[in-house]
Amino acid sequence: MSNASTAVPETMQWDSRARRMVMLWVPLGCFLLILLFPFYWMTVTSFKPDGELYDFATHNPFWVTSPTLAHIRKLLFETAYPQWLWTTMLVAVGATVLSLFASTLAAYAIQRLRFRGSQYVGLAIYLAYLVPPSILFIPLATMVVQLGLFDSPLALILVYPTFLVPFCTWLLIGYFKSIPYELEECALIDGATRLQILRRITLPLAVPGLISAGIFSFTLSWNEFIYALAFIQSSENKTVPVAILTELVTGDVYQWGALMAGSLLGSLPVAIFYSFFVDYYVSSLTGAVKE
Amino acid sequence: MSVTTAAPLHWSKARPRPGALVRLFDHRLFLAMACLLPAAGLLLVFLTYPLGLGIWMAFTDTTIGRSGVWVGLENFEYLASDPIFWNAVFYSVFYTGIATFGKFALGLWLALLMNQHMPFKSLIRAIILLPWIVPTVLSAIAFWWIFDPQFSIISYVFVQVLGWRETNINFLGSEWPARFSLIAANIWRGIPFVAISLLAGLQTISPSLYEAALLDGASSWQRFRFITFPMLMPILAIVMTFSIIFTFTDFQLVYAITRGGPVNSTHLLATLAFQRGIPGGQLGEGAAIAVSMIPFLVFATLFSYFGLARRKWQQGEGND
Repeated sequence: MSNASTAVPETMQWDSRARRMVMLWVPLGCFLLILLFPFYWMTVTSFKPDGELYDFATHNPFWVTSPTLAHIRKLLFETAYPQWLWTTMLVAVGATVLSLFASTLAAYAIQRLRFRGSQYVGLAIYLAYLVPPSILFIPLATMVVQLGLFDSPLALILVYPTFLVPFCTWLLIGYFKSIPYELEECALIDGATRLQILRRITLPLAVPGLISAGIFSFTLSWNEFIYALAFIQSSENKTVPVAILTELVTGDVYQWGALMAGSLLGSLPVAIFYSFFVDYYVSSLTGAVKE
Repeated sequence: MSVTTAAPLHWSKARPRPGALVRLFDHRLFLAMACLLPAAGLLLVFLTYPLGLGIWMAFTDTTIGRSGVWVGLENFEYLASDPIFWNAVFYSVFYTGIATFGKFALGLWLALLMNQHMPFKSLIRAIILLPWIVPTVLSAIAFWWIFDPQFSIISYVFVQVLGWRETNINFLGSEWPARFSLIAANIWRGIPFVAISLLAGLQTISPSLYEAALLDGASSWQRFRFITFPMLMPILAIVMTFSIIFTFTDFQLVYAITRGGPVNSTHLLATLAFQRGIPGGQLGEGAAIAVSMIPFLVFATLFSYFGLARRKWQQGEGND
C-alpha cells in the first residue's frame, strides 16, 4: 500500500506505517527524551558515589555501577531538610485553604449572584493574574517587614493568594457556569436561603472544580520561589526550593550529589501528588486558559 | 387561565420567620459584597497596594531600614546611564523573544503530534507535563549540573561519544553561550504548558472542517494554514500573552543557574531588581527597575484583551 500510485487518497498515504513512524513516533520520542532527560540525570546523579560522579573516563556516566544512598542520607540527617519539607507543606496547605475559601466565595458572587458590574469585577480579577510577582516583591518585602511578619511562614501564606486567588476564581467561575441554574431556582422556590444553596447544592456539584483549583494552588505554592527568597531569612523557615539553592550551595565546590538528591526529593512530593490527579491538572490548566 | 387561581390555598403550617441576620445574608447584593470581601481584601492589600507602593518607591531613595524621600526621576536617570541596566533590558527582550518563539514552535509541533490517534496517549500527556509541575528552581539546578564546565553530560556526549569536539563546551563561562543556555532551559520548561494548552484548543476544532477540506482536495499544509491555524488563533493569543508576561518577568531560572553572571551578561530585569533591591539594599532603585517592566506588561495585556475580544466574536457569543 505504501508504494501505491499518486491516485491513492491522502488519508491512506498518511496511514502508511513508515511515514507514521517518521512523522509521529521519531519526533515524539525525541520530545519525550529531552523533556525527561534532566529528571533521569537528576536521579542518576543522586545515587552515584562521588568517585563515580567525577570520573567519566572509567565509568559510563549514563548509568550507576555502585548505587549509594549517601547523598540522600546526608540530606536527611545532616541538613534541616525534613524541617524545610514541613515548612513548605505548611505554607502550601495554608495558602491553598485561604485561596480556595476566598475564591470560591468570589466566584459564586460573580457568577451566581449577578450584580451590576459583576463582569467588571471578574475582569479586574483576571487582570490581577497578569501582575507578576517580580514587580511586587520589593514593595511587599517592605510591607512584610512593617507588619512584623518578616522571616515568618505566615507572610508567605498571606502573600501567595495574590497569584492563587485570581487563578482559582477564574477556574471556579467556569465551573459554576456549567452547573444548571435551574437547580438553584428550585431550591429558592423551596425556601432555601442563598447560603444554604451554596453549601448544599452548588458546592457539592463543583467538587471536581474545587479539587482542580486546590491541587493547582498547592503545586503553585510548593514551587513558588521569589517571595520565599525575599521574605525568609532563617534556615529553619525556608521552603524547599529556596533552601536547596541557598543552604546546599556552599563555597566554590558544589556538592552535586547532595544538590541533585535535594532536587529529586523536593520534586518527588509534587510529582507523586501530580500522578494521582493528572486529569485534574490537565483540566484546570486548559480550563483556565479557555476561560 | 385565571380560573385555576380561584381557590386560595391554606398552608397548614407557617414557615418560621428567619432571624434578621439570616435575612440580611439572604439579601442578594449584601451577600455578593460579603462573598467578594475575602478575595477583594487579599488582593487589594497584597496586590493593588504594593503595586502602587512599588511605583511610589521607584521615585524615592528608600534603602533597607530607612524610608526614603521623593527624589523624582533620579533613579531612572541613574539607570538610563547604567550599561548593566540597558544590558538587562536587552537580554530580557532577547530572552523573551527567542524563548517564546522556541516554545511556541516546538509546543505547537508537539501539540499537533499529540492530536493524532496513538496508544498510551494519556500516559504521554502526563509525562509531557512533568517539567512544568516540578519546581522550576529544582529543574534549574539540574540544568546547572548539565551545563557544568567540567562534568557536563552534553560535553561528554559531544567529545567522548560522538567525537565532534576536542574540548568541553563552556556553557556558562562566557556571555553568549550562557545566554543561549538559559534560553534553552526556559524553552524546556515552557514547552509543556504551550503544548497542553494548544492541544486543548486543537481538540475543539470540529473534524467536519477537515473532512470538508479533504473533499475539496486541500493538502495537509493547506489544512494547517487555513483551518488549524485560524481556529487556534484565539487560544494561541491568550497562551502567548501569559507566556510572554511570565518569560519577561522570569526570575527563578536565571537566579538559580547564573545569578546574572558572567559579568552581568545574563541579568534579566527581575534578577537585577532583586540584586539591587534585596541584597544590595537599594530598595528605591530596585523598585525603579521593576517598574520599568510595567510598560511592557501593559502592552502584553492589551494584546490579550484584543485576543479575547476576537475570540468572543468568532464564537458568536453575546456580550456575556
